[in-house]
Amino acid sequence: MPNHSFKLNGQQVDVDVEDDVRMLWVLRDKLGVRGPKYGCGINVCKACTSHINGKAFNPCAVPVSEIEPDDEITTIEGLADSEGKKLHPMQEAWLEYDVAQCGYCQPGQIMAAVAKVRQVQSEGREITDEDLDEIRNICRCGTYMRIREAIKAGAEKM
Amino acid sequence: MPAHRRSSAPVAFGHRDMGRRRFLGYLFAAPTLAVGVKLGIDLAGGDTASAAIPAPPQPADLYDLSDALTDAARPTANLITVVVNEDGTVSFDLPRAEVGQGITTSIAMIIAEEMDVPLDKVKITLADARPELVFNQLTGGSNTIHAMYTPIRVAAAIAKGALLDAAAAILQENRERLTSREGLITGPAGTVLSYGELAKAAAATETRMVEAPPLKPASEFKIVGTPQNRLDAYDAVTGRKQFAMDLDVPGATPTMVARPPSIGGTVEGIRNEDEVRNMPGVVDIATIRTGVAVAAETFGQCIDAVRALDIEWGPGLVDGESDDTIIEKLRAAAIPLPPGLPGAKVIETDFTFAFRSGSPLETNGAVADVRDGKAEIWYGAKVPITAQAEIALLLGIPQTAVTLHVVQSGGSFGRHLFPDAALEAAEASQKMGRPVKLMWHRTDDARHGRTHPMTTVSIRTSYNDDAVLAYHQHHTSVETDTQHGLGEAISAQATKLPPGNYSVAQSLFLLTAKTSYNFGVTNQLLHEIPLQFPTSSVRNVYSPDVRLAQELVVDQLANAMGQDRYEFRRAYAKTDHLRKVLDKVAEMGDWGRSVPDGVGYGIAVHDEYKMIMACMAEVDARPETVNRPIRNGKTGPRVTKVWYAAIPGSVVVNPRGMEAQLMGGITDAVGLVFTAGLHIKDGIPLEGSWDDYFYTRQWNVPEEINIEILEPDPTLEVPGAGEAGVAAACGAIASAYAAAIGEIPKFFPILHDELGFEPKPLVPPIPESPTNGLDFTF
Repeated sequence: MPNHSFKLNGQQVDVDVEDDVRMLWVLRDKLGVRGPKYGCGINVCKACTSHINGKAFNPCAVPVSEIEPDDEITTIEGLADSEGKKLHPMQEAWLEYDVAQCGYCQPGQIMAAVAKVRQVQSEGREITDEDLDEIRNICRCGTYMRIREAIKAGAEKM
Repeated sequence: MPAHRRSSAPVAFGHRDMGRRRFLGYLFAAPTLAVGVKLGIDLAGGDTASAAIPAPPQPADLYDLSDALTDAARPTANLITVVVNEDGTVSFDLPRAEVGQGITTSIAMIIAEEMDVPLDKVKITLADARPELVFNQLTGGSNTIHAMYTPIRVAAAIAKGALLDAAAAILQENRERLTSREGLITGPAGTVLSYGELAKAAAATETRMVEAPPLKPASEFKIVGTPQNRLDAYDAVTGRKQFAMDLDVPGATPTMVARPPSIGGTVEGIRNEDEVRNMPGVVDIATIRTGVAVAAETFGQCIDAVRALDIEWGPGLVDGESDDTIIEKLRAAAIPLPPGLPGAKVIETDFTFAFRSGSPLETNGAVADVRDGKAEIWYGAKVPITAQAEIALLLGIPQTAVTLHVVQSGGSFGRHLFPDAALEAAEASQKMGRPVKLMWHRTDDARHGRTHPMTTVSIRTSYNDDAVLAYHQHHTSVETDTQHGLGEAISAQATKLPPGNYSVAQSLFLLTAKTSYNFGVTNQLLHEIPLQFPTSSVRNVYSPDVRLAQELVVDQLANAMGQDRYEFRRAYAKTDHLRKVLDKVAEMGDWGRSVPDGVGYGIAVHDEYKMIMACMAEVDARPETVNRPIRNGKTGPRVTKVWYAAIPGSVVVNPRGMEAQLMGGITDAVGLVFTAGLHIKDGIPLEGSWDDYFYTRQWNVPEEINIEILEPDPTLEVPGAGEAGVAAACGAIASAYAAAIGEIPKFFPILHDELGFEPKPLVPPIPESPTNGLDFTF
């Protein structure tokens, strides 16, 4: 079975798995990293949102063979560590605004929020309601209002 | 003003004086202090007197769903137990399911308050299926806090009393001279003993019945009634919160099911089983009742194998049915409305509500280990006792051989009332002889998961220049499956309703459906037709349709009688509480202001779960808003602002949690009114995921949602919040849209006619996972 290597939450990892297995299952079923959630498997619900080299991506739609040894994959478990903190400012904001209800979509929401704020900040802008409208992550409990408030608050500390 | 409007008197609600009640509990012989109480302890209902109103009270006015569930719990109650541990924590094994509604936090708050222990010292777990609890282990109807508030307080009060007794003995002081605070007991000389130190000393040597000390008066509450963040929030934001598919059950193999191209289709044969068995990662294949189960090393390889299976399918249960044929059947089955009153003017309106999905974000899934005549199951069951019995029956083993662990769920919305995934996991595990973690693909969840069925509503109301004289509302619906125990609990109680002997679903309907206005002769009924779609209740069950249809007819009446829609509701509202919440939202939303053409606002009320609520909403239906472009998303009219007010029953345990639940209900309403419906074609929904089932998304979210929870009414019972927000919001949003376009919409969701997507194939049953994910990074 082919061997694949990449950086996961700061550690170089190796995994034996077929080339076409999507990263979500490599993370969840092979490596036991369960923060990224399955919600659709077709890159629609965004529950699995994680980061590749600091940018948001959806591992349900990326075969492991597309990942290079020096690619850095960050899941919710490694988000705070990536900034050397106990919690990332976006996670802090999530707690402050008591966003989570069932919590299932929240890891993906937070990872998407961090990437969206970084994207906007790299364009030298502040986050707007139009930016927030572009976030595609589904929350079936309907926490969207608090998500919006938390992202705006989290962005101020990023 | 007509006489009947002046005559509205305040409603005399059931009232109980908790202070004078004495409760009993048990001290258990146990290593550390353990206190048991009966659920449903001394919860004898108040005097549910009716209001002095001209419209005769309907069943739901007298005795609603919350009462029914609580009463059903009473005679069969058994013990629930609060335990004090040596590390100073207090444990409680909650016989309910946490599906996102926040009950673990609220229950912990109640215990912390009554015991004077810090909130973070209270540890709530979810109890396994406990058959001896009978009706007392059922999560539904927004009933948990309503039913458990007092029993849990009693247990906590007895526990604190036992700790004080133990401390008094150690310190050789009168108990009255000791104080408890923050998990510590302090004697008059300043000596401090922690609850942890006292846990063993306070334990009983033999089990005995004790009388609870008086419960803490509400005036001394420091935790209950204050906004608290959820206790599981840290786990949720760090990815540590575990759902069924996150559990590490040794050897549990990822498993998925290849499902038929129409609902209920059967497996006639597999043409290429050997070929699929040889695919990478595939571990086992077994035919189960609902399809062909495939176990593989990863779920990704399950998806590939399910897609590769070449299965001969037998016919389904409803193959001939599509939206149009079902509407025809419903119309043919509708019970005719009584004629309008002689000499009166009449308004008649028909509405249709499409099938809608209760699919939560976590798809159906369960872990099962069925070997050696025993079964161990992990599933987010809301009715675990029934689930346990069904699993035992399916496996052919005694119910006592089935251990069912209730796990936290990523939403429910009706789905977890039934053990669909647990049954499949158990069957697959038994047939494969190995533990499995069985998960539904999203497309399975969308197409084969339970839905709330299509409903037609006909309303006829008679009025003259002075008053509304009669109001009849008939719902005709495809049958909603209530065979999960909730039905039994309700049906057992429904014989108390005049005139008795309703079906389960009709009972549920009558316990929740209300006409909130004095419209003279009033009747509402539900008639169901038996089509074998997999159905269930959804959030707020019948009420969203009941309210939405009623409030649009109220708008028509107001317009026909030349009155302002808000003033009209005020005048006809059955209670002062309804007037108060109407006034509140009208003030919040500045009712009466002018808005541009194409923008409108509406208003509606709802009264359920011991919550009296009103909602005002504003909708922008101007073309530039309706047609705003979103890739693979439905836009349509936008709900721009929502104002919501509620008078809750006697105590709001966690105002922040209640606000969150109301917000969630409002978000549901946005989708239900405009976009979230299923199209049935040839016995199966066309929708197969979130890119075609248009649940509310960020681009549909209102700019503002303002919620005001008003002063609780101490004469009302303890409220429930999980489902409360949906109905009034549906009514207000539909009313706002009608005002914006100058026409009453008759079909919901409003944008149902525009399919707006290419349906995914039915064979293979699930779509391939894309490979181009890196093209969409940001």
